Amino acid sequence: MAREQIQYVTAPKVEDNRKKYCRFKKNGIKYIDYKDANFLLKFVNDQGKVLPRRLTGTSLKFQRKVAQAVKRARHIGILPYVTDSLK
Amino acid sequence: MQQYETVIVLTPLLSDEAAKEVIAKFRGVLTDNGAEIIHEDNWGLKKLAYPIQKKTTGYYHLIEFKAPGELINKLEVEYKRDERVMRFLTIALDKHARAYSEKKRSGAFNQKKQQTEEVAG
Repeated sequence: MAREQIQYVTAPKVEDNRKKYCRFKKNGIKYIDYKDANFLLKFVNDQGKVLPRRLTGTSLKFQRKVAQAVKRARHIGILPYVTDSLK
Repeated sequence: MQQYETVIVLTPLLSDEAAKEVIAKFRGVLTDNGAEIIHEDNWGLKKLAYPIQKKTTGYYHLIEFKAPGELINKLEVEYKRDERVMRFLTIALDKHARAYSEKKRSGAFNQKKQQTEEVAG
């Protein structure tokens, strides 16, 4: 009952502490294909921007490959540069 | 002889055989100068993510080939000269990329399994 009256001044920081891992190392994926749009959509937020590593948990080496693949996909018109409702 | 992969986006205004003829022209440029075409993939008309030259669809074609390095410059000049080509992208394939494309060509089914595994992963 008392729970409902509590109004938080700042939003309570919900941190999901599931261990983040680099899905490329885990699945043994070596090459990220820039032509594969629905795979790249997992690394892009709904505005079409590349997601940061701290959210996706990918390692630096593969984050660069993902960023390059997204930029190539954008160049040939598979992914948008900026949009408002991608997903 | 490096291995390359080139994707071209043709304007959708031209008819099907005109598009085929453009692609045949570029295939000719490649084979005349000693390139060896490994694989070709035609995606046909696809919707673009953003309008290019005021058009919302593009005719995609992919060519994978082995060629000496200096041929790429010639090929790209040809692309720039031809105004029916809206967009092009030529990349060199490193060993992982080559392995990926072989696996994709030969084992399409394990590509599906790898896809589902990626989805799960």
